[in-house]
Amino acid sequence: MDMRPDPLVMMTSSVQDQAPKPVKVAAKNVNVYYGAKQALKDVSVDIPVKAVTAFIGPSGCGKSTFLRCINRMNDTVASCRVEGLIQIDGKDIYDPALDPVQLRARVGMVFQKPNPFPKSIYDNVAYGPRIHGLSRSKAELDEIVEHSLRKASLWEEVKDRLKDSGTGLSGGQQQRLCIARTIAINPEIILMDEPCSALDPIATARIEELMAELRSNFTIIIVTHSMQQAARVSQRTAFFHLGILVEKGETSQIFTNPTDKRTQDYITGRFG
Amino acid sequence: MTDITSGEFPSSIRRVEFDSAESKARLRGRYKSEARFKAYGIVALVITTSFLLALLTSIVSRGVPGFFQNYLVTEVLVDAAKIDPQGKGTPEALRAGDYSAVARAALADAIPGINERQLKKELNGLLSSGAGDDLREMVLANPSLLGQRIRTPLLLADQADIFLKETESAVRVFADTRGSATPSATTGDITILVSGNDFADDVALIKAELVNSAVALEKNIALRAGRGASAESLADLKAQAAELRQRAAGTASETLDSKTASRLVAINGGVVKVKEMTPTSVRGDVIVPLTTTAEAAPGTWQIRVYDRPEADRNMNDRAATFLEQLKSKGLIESKFNWAFFTRGDSREAELAGIQGALVGSILTLLVTIGLCLPIGVLAAIYLEEFAPKNRFTELIEININNLAAVPSIVFGLLGLAVFLNFFGLPRSAPLVGGLVLALLVLPTIIIASRAALKSVPPSIREAALGVGASHQQAVFHHVLPLAMPGIMTGTIIGMAHALGETAPLLMIGMIAFIVDVPTSLTQAATVLPVQIFLWSDLPEPAFKMKTAAAILVLLAVLFLMNGISIWLRKKFERRW
Amino acid sequence: MSEHIVKSYEQELSTLDSKISQMGGLAEQLVGEAFDSLASHNPTRAQATVASDATIDLLHRELEEQVIMMIARRQPLANDLRQVISVLKVAGELERVGDLAKNVAKRAQTVSGETHPKGLLTGLQHMTELASRQLKDVLDAFAARDAERAMVVWRKDENLDAVYNSVFRELLTYMMEDPRNIGLCSHLLFVAKNLERIGDHTTNIAETVNYMTRGTMPEGERPKSDITSSTLVSGPLR
Repeated sequence: MDMRPDPLVMMTSSVQDQAPKPVKVAAKNVNVYYGAKQALKDVSVDIPVKAVTAFIGPSGCGKSTFLRCINRMNDTVASCRVEGLIQIDGKDIYDPALDPVQLRARVGMVFQKPNPFPKSIYDNVAYGPRIHGLSRSKAELDEIVEHSLRKASLWEEVKDRLKDSGTGLSGGQQQRLCIARTIAINPEIILMDEPCSALDPIATARIEELMAELRSNFTIIIVTHSMQQAARVSQRTAFFHLGILVEKGETSQIFTNPTDKRTQDYITGRFG
Repeated sequence: MTDITSGEFPSSIRRVEFDSAESKARLRGRYKSEARFKAYGIVALVITTSFLLALLTSIVSRGVPGFFQNYLVTEVLVDAAKIDPQGKGTPEALRAGDYSAVARAALADAIPGINERQLKKELNGLLSSGAGDDLREMVLANPSLLGQRIRTPLLLADQADIFLKETESAVRVFADTRGSATPSATTGDITILVSGNDFADDVALIKAELVNSAVALEKNIALRAGRGASAESLADLKAQAAELRQRAAGTASETLDSKTASRLVAINGGVVKVKEMTPTSVRGDVIVPLTTTAEAAPGTWQIRVYDRPEADRNMNDRAATFLEQLKSKGLIESKFNWAFFTRGDSREAELAGIQGALVGSILTLLVTIGLCLPIGVLAAIYLEEFAPKNRFTELIEININNLAAVPSIVFGLLGLAVFLNFFGLPRSAPLVGGLVLALLVLPTIIIASRAALKSVPPSIREAALGVGASHQQAVFHHVLPLAMPGIMTGTIIGMAHALGETAPLLMIGMIAFIVDVPTSLTQAATVLPVQIFLWSDLPEPAFKMKTAAAILVLLAVLFLMNGISIWLRKKFERRW
Repeated sequence: MSEHIVKSYEQELSTLDSKISQMGGLAEQLVGEAFDSLASHNPTRAQATVASDATIDLLHRELEEQVIMMIARRQPLANDLRQVISVLKVAGELERVGDLAKNVAKRAQTVSGETHPKGLLTGLQHMTELASRQLKDVLDAFAARDAERAMVVWRKDENLDAVYNSVFRELLTYMMEDPRNIGLCSHLLFVAKNLERIGDHTTNIAETVNYMTRGTMPEGERPKSDITSSTLVSGPLR
């Protein structure tokens, strides 16, 4: 059974995406430095709402760095300095008046390695709503947990063992639990940093299917090393190389007819 | 569609052969070195284990007897005339009574007929000076005992106790005597004539010893003469040698002194300590009076020999004889020494206990953990998670690490200077001891806690931050609970370290001789290791035994603490 | 273009190119041979030509298999993807060219006994030459990844159409003049049509070359002058 999205569906959806979507995240001339080393040079990109945008590029090209700028996760790195403008819905997220912790509740993140808390499945999902006070009663919290797990298509597998430890699940289930945990705080944007790199193909396919469903509600930005994955799940793709945003555009165009030779060389496997 | 496009692999590069002599030799070499390494490991392990075993067996074998105590269990007349001569019956009067006299009377009943002052003193010396204490408690608890006869254990003095426990002072008994013996009297200085020559062997032995001494002396004389010593200086020695020779050759009676093995004759219910001996007769002093001067048939009388000379023993022949007598009557009982855990220190070994030190240790550790755990853990969390990484925090970190390596006596000096002299806190108090130990243990706890915090995978922090938890929430909700087992282990190991520490406590006066069990943090107290140190310094052999016993208690407490740390860790790990 | 990190992939891609050039060479040769066998009334030669189409078919099958294999194994992207897909398409076109040439050769066999006026074949020869040159040019453009040259071929197909128109008229005229010519001429009419179709396949290849190199389809309508579908010659019989 092939879990990948039907190419025909992809085709039609990408045709629909031709209509320009409103911009959710806008970055203008973003420069990032780690100490004296510049990690990103003059990155400008618009990320459309309710679509999957993929960042690709070789290791150390700055794609993860840029991803982590969008929820200010880089703030936790002492030597990191961000210049330029990043806006979400026209609001500068590096505005000193804005609390980065609140920002992260609006811009959820899923990491490379599945990292559930060593707590019960229920507590994993309920943690975010609890600390942000998103539920007024136990019943409401239960509802959030169920909804999130359903959204992450994990509910059927875990509904009878919500009290079991989240670390006892399989890798793919753990990653879906992490996605459920992120969905539970109802963010606008979900950042995914190579979410499938530690998973087997079937688990990967499930996550990809999940992304296809989630993109009707969330703006998803994914960093991936798998070109095929980027081609499968995303509507727009941006290629980073040596800290520069080399090329961005429709995924269909990037993977069939990239304009930049570096993009071409990278996606065809010609990089020296 | 072949995958190989590069040139041929150079054939000069060799490949591992299975059967060539060279590779076999190499393989043998590898196996050998691996076996060697394994052997080193096993040897190291065996050495360590044997050291540990030797240490443990030595301490256990010495310490276990310390947990037992010998008692004289006999009928005691709780004599109202001695306890409450005025017949007041008030607790004060009962408390003031002479219970030692009651105990002594019971002992005199056990071995009747000892009237001579010196002997009486020896006999009473068998009882501890605190022998009446338990009796007093009993009577105070139950005044109706007054005037009754009760069977109760009376504490023996430490020397008596040791004598009973130590096997090397055991008596050798020769019961198959060949001749019949006739004592000349029942008390005093008496002569016993024997029809067989039962003492011939002993006399021969003594004479042989005399010959040995003479030969040694003569050798010495020859040596000195060889070195050119003057004739006058040697004359004296020569005379001694000649005398020894003469004594060995003659048939005159031999005198026993305190430097030779003691010999006693048990006859007609009494015991005689031999002073002079010929093959067929002995002369000596009566220790336990004989019942009659009748002739004792062969086999009904005994010769007892203490191989260890009287001068080398803590107990003289008379006291030892009394003890043997009591033992043979079945009045001596060895009991578990609960008093060891319920009494404070004492100058009398049989009365000394570790409760004072134990309570002192507990109070001190309470102060230590109360200070260390919150301060250490909070410092570790701040340093590890929140402190900006700059030169100043780096300096603090380095100094904390250095602090862990500072000799503990320095902390004692610090405590002396700061807590006692500057703040004027009481000397010898658990409060100050706890403060000093807290200083000592704090770096250990900080370092262990930081290591535990550092070992929590960063992915957990990221996960928490990723769902919008603040840094502090991430630390307190996720990182700290995960680090807790490590912190616990570090803390308990630190506490164990503190429990075993002596040097800094000496500096703040916790080495004092304290009889009372402390009841507050500011009362003078001592702690277990210091108590051990104090006892180990005392000359009485009974205290050596107590020292080993106290070490066993300390070890048991340490094992218990380690056990708790393992248990806690397991429990925490299950929960997460 | 820099080399692929995976050398065998690079090798597979160049194998595709060389197989296409091999197929193209064979197709060119087949077209020439088919006409020659027609012109020389040589049924044996015609038969050999028919037989050699099998080689083209074989190559086509091989290419198809390789392309499927490569898509499965390498998942080509960007220009590699376009190359692989283009090769598949070009191979299909060339196979059709081979079939058409074979058809010409078959008809050459059929009409080898008939005598025909000398001038009758001039137009067809012209067409053959044009079609062969076009095919050669487009294959060169493919090998050289030269979209411009391919577009020249694409546009020049008009010329072939024009010649076809005149040949069509000519053959119709012959048939009207002498009904005995009808048998021969209708065969020749199909030959002419086949040659014109070869030209169309060539333009398809040109479009594919353009897509392969530029990633886009050519803009605008291809210039066409095949008006035979609306041509009617009013004969003297009427």
